[in-house]
Amino acid sequence: MYRIKSGGLINRNKELNFSFNGKNFVGYEGDTLSSALLGNGIHLVGRSFKYHRPRGIFSSGSEEPSALVQLEEKNFTEPNIRATTVKLYDGLVSNSQNHVGSLSWDFMRINDYLSTFLSAGFYYKTFMWPKAFWEKVYEPIIRNAAGLGKLSKESDPSKYDKGYLHCDLLVIGAGPAGLYSALIAARTGAKIIVVDEDFILGGSFNGENININDNICSDWVKSILSELNSLKNVRLMSSTTLYGSFDHGIYGALEVKSYNSKNTITKPRHILWKIYSKFSVLCTGALERSILFENNDLPGIMLSKSVRHYCNRWGVIPGNNISIYTNNDDGWETAKDLKKAGCNVVCIIDQRSNIKPPIENIDHILGRNIVKAKGNLRISSIKLDNGRIINTDCLAVSGGYNPNLHLTCHQRGKPKWNEVNHCFVPHNPPKTMEVIGAANGLFNHEEMFNDSKIKLTKILRNLGFRKIAVEKVNISKKVYQISPFPKKIPEGKIWVDLQNDVTVKDIKLAVHEGFHSVELLKRYTTLGMATDQGKNSNVLGLSVLSLIKNKTMHEVGTTIFRPPFTPVPIGAFAGRSRGKHFKPFRLTPSHNWAKSNNAVFVEAGNWLRAQWYPIKGEKTWRESVDREVIQTRNNVGICDVTTLGKIDIKGKDSGAFLNFVYANNFGKLPVGKVRYGLMLRDDGIAFDDGTTARFSENHFVMTTTTANAVTVFRHLEFCKQCLKPDWDVHLISTTDHWAQFAIAGPKSRKLLQEICDPKIDISNDKFPFMACAKITVLEGIPARLFRISFSGELAYEIAVPRRYADFFVKKISEIGKKYSLVPYGTEALGVMRIEKGHAAGNELNGQTTAHNLGLGKMVSKLNDCVGNTMSERDELNKDDALKLVGFIPTNKKQQLVAGSHFIEKGQIANLENDQGWMSSVAFSPMLNHSIGLGYIKRGNQRYGEKVNAVNPLKNEITEVEIHSPHFYDPEGELLRG
Amino acid sequence: MFIINCPYCGEREQSEFKAGGEAHIVRPKQPTELSDDEWAEYLFMRKNIKGVQFERWVHTHGCRKWFNVVRDTSNDVIKAVYKMGEKPPTK
Ligand SMILES: [Zn+2]
Repeated sequence: MYRIKSGGLINRNKELNFSFNGKNFVGYEGDTLSSALLGNGIHLVGRSFKYHRPRGIFSSGSEEPSALVQLEEKNFTEPNIRATTVKLYDGLVSNSQNHVGSLSWDFMRINDYLSTFLSAGFYYKTFMWPKAFWEKVYEPIIRNAAGLGKLSKESDPSKYDKGYLHCDLLVIGAGPAGLYSALIAARTGAKIIVVDEDFILGGSFNGENININDNICSDWVKSILSELNSLKNVRLMSSTTLYGSFDHGIYGALEVKSYNSKNTITKPRHILWKIYSKFSVLCTGALERSILFENNDLPGIMLSKSVRHYCNRWGVIPGNNISIYTNNDDGWETAKDLKKAGCNVVCIIDQRSNIKPPIENIDHILGRNIVKAKGNLRISSIKLDNGRIINTDCLAVSGGYNPNLHLTCHQRGKPKWNEVNHCFVPHNPPKTMEVIGAANGLFNHEEMFNDSKIKLTKILRNLGFRKIAVEKVNISKKVYQISPFPKKIPEGKIWVDLQNDVTVKDIKLAVHEGFHSVELLKRYTTLGMATDQGKNSNVLGLSVLSLIKNKTMHEVGTTIFRPPFTPVPIGAFAGRSRGKHFKPFRLTPSHNWAKSNNAVFVEAGNWLRAQWYPIKGEKTWRESVDREVIQTRNNVGICDVTTLGKIDIKGKDSGAFLNFVYANNFGKLPVGKVRYGLMLRDDGIAFDDGTTARFSENHFVMTTTTANAVTVFRHLEFCKQCLKPDWDVHLISTTDHWAQFAIAGPKSRKLLQEICDPKIDISNDKFPFMACAKITVLEGIPARLFRISFSGELAYEIAVPRRYADFFVKKISEIGKKYSLVPYGTEALGVMRIEKGHAAGNELNGQTTAHNLGLGKMVSKLNDCVGNTMSERDELNKDDALKLVGFIPTNKKQQLVAGSHFIEKGQIANLENDQGWMSSVAFSPMLNHSIGLGYIKRGNQRYGEKVNAVNPLKNEITEVEIHSPHFYDPEGELLRG
Repeated sequence: MFIINCPYCGEREQSEFKAGGEAHIVRPKQPTELSDDEWAEYLFMRKNIKGVQFERWVHTHGCRKWFNVVRDTSNDVIKAVYKMGEKPPTK
């Protein structure tokens, strides 16, 4: 009989079916997985990390070190879930972890008997030799043996989401201190958020049997919650764990919506919240700690407060003959409540001798210590230091309380030791955080209520809210008196960290081997480094260290707590940003049209661009690209170039501004003309290039490369705002607002003439090379026409407002049929620009200068512009500087490889002899062989010379001839025609 | 993860902004008259203080304005924000 007939916060009319290790059980609504397991008499739930010792349910909250289960199955499964925090649901499937064979007969238990080999630092020393053995033999074995649950190794099908919240006051923890603080704040009208990790709010008051205002404390919780629920300025968030405290009052919180795989495909499983608060109050209470004695890790040994809460909140008595072991008054409360619930309390053993029993009518032994627990898979007896043996099947241990102060440390707060309550208390919490109640080391309820009233009054006043009265809380005074840690280190196998299997012996060994400081001790022994982050074990471990080193707890100090407070699944951090949604694609305005034309797409930065358009019968991409190039050069082609950055520049000083940001002159550019512009960095290195058109005296339109669209715009804003703040210049990015198409080829003018509205004359006389104009097309669609050419053909770029793009491109391809218009993608674009010797991203790689690019003469000598002075640095202008030139293989059948390095013939391919590199290559369908662009020393003076292009990755050497970078129409007759 | 009070928009999440390095680096008025060492000083040399530092930030995903921030680099406490061209706070 583990479940009592009545009482608690469970609904006995609502049964829930669940399974553990394949066996079916029944629990109730309101249960956690752990209370339901205990309600079915199950203590043994897992095996320990290293030694595979049996592990039972140890606590009732998020500090649980032992009851870690594998929840749900297949791709939904998640390991290392604390059974104490899972709200039971119908159909829950759970399994124990970390055993070979059955849970009750784990073959790996042998590790326990080999424990000498797995002691402190075992990772670092035992298996280090021979070296090769580590990766191949030891590590896989240890990883397999020492571990916790398993991942499905499949994609998690559950949904996760993120949210953002703002408030005046964030209340962390909805126990008595938190709820009372929330009430005081809520009544002033302040915007407050209350978060608590439990699925019902109320904290310890849901598990205590004390009276407030003559009613049971859980009723007081209900009345406060009903008022808070009625207020619009309050947001109550249960199942929500504050996992981290960050700068400026920002907090991270994880809300567990459901673990049930039936729900989590359609609705989010977890929500990751980012909470922005003006102020916060930390009301996270305190966590109980254990006491050191031999075999103190046996199942059936539990924290005393947890035993009490299982009894009061869930109506579960975790044993038939329960004993209590304590060093403080709180242990007696457990005895009292268990007895009241009709449980057989064997006796209470108190380490203190000189006390008056706080509770009467309970068998007690004062001034004694337990030296050893016995039992196989569960505790069966305990042995006292006077030799007395007491039979018991459950031992409730209370070693005192540690304030739950983790969140005060995330901003470098360093807790201080309190000599009265023998615990660390918060010190230097974040500036906008106040710690209230047990979290601050205040273990008396009456004092706690007064404390929160005084602190809240001050906080609210500072936030600008007037205080409104709250009713006085009458609560029976509860004394908390505790004895200090024993002055002797006990003997035997004594567990400090249940989850990471760290024993007293490990700490002794670590100190013996020189790991004296807490931070070193932690890493060497792994004490407190498990998923529970040492919530139970840290202070116990420090007490051992203080004894060994003969130092006070204050001198020993504590390690720093860091986020997360409890584990946060990676899925929650990812939220919706998974797979393709990790980085959303930007689609060009002609995307749908390109798709219907069978385009193959390529990622170009954030953009998805058409790479080529295969047609029937084409087997390789080269066939498609060659056809696109040939057809464009013979007839006409169209390509979406919207991705180029477009910046609209207006204002009286626009011309001067362009003179400043470009290395070449723009102030004298006539209206109606376009010019190529080269932008430098302040250090003289080439930054970006593009064209800028002048539509009126004070209106320019700049284009940038696709890759640098954002950085150039930001750079221009910097130049305008920080360097030329007095100038009348206005900048706006219009990349997304204008759909822009390149229309290239000998028939481009004829085609365009057909779509231009009547009266618009684009003849070579009226609209020559490098002209620009605002026109209308296709019966009144506004457009900007530029006569510019990246392909080297007679070519135009035309921009229409994005909303017309789909209509425009469909219409022009329809009209274009009679001119054999071909859509071409980024590959053909690239081939044509290499044939023409135009520099692109590969050439503007952040290492090259105007001089290298062969554009040195463009750089203004007169004006002050960004980069021109530094571009004249001697080092960048040496006679043997790299020059951008073309390359063709001597054997025309050979393919050139981008990235190859140039070495003079007959010389060894090493860094010393390196003459430059190949930056871009393509197969030219016009020349019918491979061509390349690249940088080589004095390249412009070496046309015709032969050098080796070396590819050390494949040990290939290709003889190449240095060539002019202009392979196709070097005189530029076509584009001017 | 912290909050910056944009002088044009108000308090916004840090992720909306981009850091632009040390503030009050004045571009040389007569670029051609500077020695190489002076150029190097202007282009490359930065204080990189541990403690209170004057910095430029830009509200990239907001108003796009550049402004100055006085930030303690050791704990991200922001002491002041002020617009471009305004005098830095003395205290
Ligand atoms: Zn702003």
